[in-house]
Amino acid sequence: MVVDTLGTRLKRTEDARFITGTGTYLDDVRLPGMLEAAVLRSPYAHARIRAIDTSKAQAMPGVVAVFTGQDFKDLPALPCAWPAGGANGPIKNNLDTPRILALDDVKWTGEGVACVVAETRAQAMDALEAIEVDWEPLPAVVDTEGATQDGAPQLHENAPHNICFEWAVGDKEGTEAAISAAEVVVRQRIVNQRLIPNPMDVRGAIGRYESGTDEYTVWLTSQTPHIMRLLMAAFVLGVPENHIRVISPDIGGAFGTKIYLYPEWLLVAVVSKRLGGKPVKFIESRRENYQATTHGRDHVSYLEIASGRDGVVTGLKVKTYANLGGRLSTIGPGVPTTLYGRVLGGPYKFPNIYCEVVGVYTNTVFVDAYRGAGRPEATYLLERAMDLLADELGMDPAELRRRNFLAPDAFPYRNPSGLMRSWNGAEIAIDSGDYEPALDKALAAVGYADLAAAKQEAAARGKYLGLGLSTYIEVCGVAPSKWIGAVGEGWGAAMWESANIKVHLTGKVVVTTGSQTQGQGHETTYAQIVAHELGVPVEDVIVQHSDTQGTPFGYGSYGSRTAAVGGTAAVKAAEKIRAKARRLAAHLLEASPDDIEVEADRYFVRGSPDTAKTIQELAFAADLGFDLPEGMEPFFDETAYFDTPNCTWPFGTHVAVVEVDQETGQVDLVRYLAVDDVGKKINPMIVDGQLHGGIAQGVGQALWEGAVYDE
Amino acid sequence: MAEQVALVVNGTAHTVEVEPRRLLVELLRDDLGLTGTHVGCDTSQCGACTVLVDGQAMKSCTMLAVQADGSSVATIEGLATDGQLHPLQNAFWENHGLQCGYCTPGMIMTAVDLLAQTPDPSDEQIRAGLEGNYCRCTGYHNIVAAIRAAAPELRAAATAGDGAASGATSAASDNAASGGEGR
Repeated sequence: MVVDTLGTRLKRTEDARFITGTGTYLDDVRLPGMLEAAVLRSPYAHARIRAIDTSKAQAMPGVVAVFTGQDFKDLPALPCAWPAGGANGPIKNNLDTPRILALDDVKWTGEGVACVVAETRAQAMDALEAIEVDWEPLPAVVDTEGATQDGAPQLHENAPHNICFEWAVGDKEGTEAAISAAEVVVRQRIVNQRLIPNPMDVRGAIGRYESGTDEYTVWLTSQTPHIMRLLMAAFVLGVPENHIRVISPDIGGAFGTKIYLYPEWLLVAVVSKRLGGKPVKFIESRRENYQATTHGRDHVSYLEIASGRDGVVTGLKVKTYANLGGRLSTIGPGVPTTLYGRVLGGPYKFPNIYCEVVGVYTNTVFVDAYRGAGRPEATYLLERAMDLLADELGMDPAELRRRNFLAPDAFPYRNPSGLMRSWNGAEIAIDSGDYEPALDKALAAVGYADLAAAKQEAAARGKYLGLGLSTYIEVCGVAPSKWIGAVGEGWGAAMWESANIKVHLTGKVVVTTGSQTQGQGHETTYAQIVAHELGVPVEDVIVQHSDTQGTPFGYGSYGSRTAAVGGTAAVKAAEKIRAKARRLAAHLLEASPDDIEVEADRYFVRGSPDTAKTIQELAFAADLGFDLPEGMEPFFDETAYFDTPNCTWPFGTHVAVVEVDQETGQVDLVRYLAVDDVGKKINPMIVDGQLHGGIAQGVGQALWEGAVYDE
Repeated sequence: MAEQVALVVNGTAHTVEVEPRRLLVELLRDDLGLTGTHVGCDTSQCGACTVLVDGQAMKSCTMLAVQADGSSVATIEGLATDGQLHPLQNAFWENHGLQCGYCTPGMIMTAVDLLAQTPDPSDEQIRAGLEGNYCRCTGYHNIVAAIRAAAPELRAAATAGDGAASGATSAASDNAASGGEGR
């Protein structure tokens, strides 16, 4: 009897290599004759490049070549794949994106201006110091809100007041009327500070051009190998998409930073070609990871929340300044618009919401999706608003949330910030939810009823005890292509996912997927899904991914989407295998397919379970092809592309109990309790681990983390 | 201006010519091809590069290769013996003490030293012992659980005088002697 591991705490397959030091991360990839590239980065936040003299660097030991922006001026700037879009169609985005190396000016400290290729990394870095740049420093601005003020230094001619876009959603007049008429209004400026995502494994890339086939192979620390190939080929290099192969090796964490097309991704490919096909590696230092890899968050918001004395919220109005950096990253504008403004309603039934977002250029590195991307920013703003309102009303903050929760019978629910509107008929809605039990469970577990006593006890020890509460919904499993592409959100691609399953002659199963793993354990969870669907032992299933050669196209892993969208594609592919196996079993057992029953791995004629064909026997027969039904192709090999009809809408309550030392202000996180609706658990151990990690990063932002540019 | 470094790595003696500025981690990764030891921060903060030098956990990105001359170095690749995983490797696997795996070799090597010095640690002692090792995925909870879980097995092995289970620490000490003789 085959053990079904779906829903069990199965040890992870991929760990076997990680605990023995035999994983292959980008910097572990070693190719014969490989050269090393290092990038000279701007020491100025804003400056013009008058001239660059590379002659001394070129004469340094081991140096093969030195390049500047002028060497790539015929190639276009990198694309922005997600300009902000309006609810009624495109809005004006003043786009400015980076080039492979900066051409005339730099917009942030760390923007690349020259590149040395040498035999060793040390030689390349030595030679960087010999490059002479004639800089003309310019006034700089790093403040998110201040950059839009009169007199602020201007970054781009096409973006007056450093405004990339002005985007709005919801009902302005209705919301303003609700606020004017309200018994209680709370106003607050709040800051969601800038963060450095900081995966342990930095960014890197290797390019290798093969002249015989005119093909590029590019190894990238990328969450999105298929999208990278598409963007590199069609938007910058102008080579056929099928002449580039992108491979993502093991990725040591990403948290969003490895979704995007970076200048260095193109640099290694182009430079390899110019150097006759020698492989060229770039790997950033941790300093470069801070200076040249995307940051997250960085919002300044003004909120107004209105309610009656009963606490029932009547309106929420928000204006947010979102820092996008000096030039745009691949999906930078999409994060503070679609992924933020449209989910501002959270789990609440607010009749009026209006949100304006100003996308701002500053002399800082580009800002893009980080850990939740837009949705945590929305939740933070909303939950601060609720706490401030509770304070103003003198109401228990949990009670205020209860009074505003969507009721369990409110679904499907379309919120007033227009998450679900579209002009082409595509529509999504929050499909289900039952928020109060999650809140109750969290409060009961943390002893909320005894909070006053706990505070007294803490006070006796010289501590202030406080309890922070967050009730949330998340948008996961993004997203229906018809909605994301057509609602005017500006996103220039689909959002489906793929899986292929092959059952080989020996009964061993190979699953390939267009998604990509950076530590989430996909090799284990996909195997658990497919083993369950086919009734085979989980150890007979291997999962291959992250190489555009040999995997079906997929949009990659981000946006909490892989299990929901990619996992469903795997289920659909397995269903196709089962359907074919059923037809083959019917043929071999001389019965009608309708009379074949399937129990796990066994296919038999209804009523005769003893004369079953196993999935392995059927795969063997299908592979040999000696005796197939008329018209059946040999081999079990099925691919499914799954475009989800809706996002998923997990919800929950998180509670933090903290103590603050009355004399020193030292904050201690005493307890943290999370109640999350995670749906069906494929592997509860992995679910727990994902929650631990997410909570740790959230606590990090709340208490310790922040990226600050000085003036 | 190459310098010669003689050292024992995972029980095997090597003599390597290096630039004076070459780091131990570069010697391990680039000269010996032992890429299980990772570089995370370049500045000895994150601990991904931790190896044992003469039995002591050291950040190999902040040690010059020439400083390891005459030493015995143990890396993650040498931790399993005769195809048997070290108890800490098993414990990290069993307790989901890793996600992306990048910090894992450094975490495990640090834990080898930690448990050698403190065979029966409290959670607080484990957390203090990991102060120099960063993980961005797990939130540390399961790493602490893994080290706690491995401790009894390593204690039992140490009591039984069975060098196999306590692995790299004792092996490293032995090798230090032979490495010293080889200079």
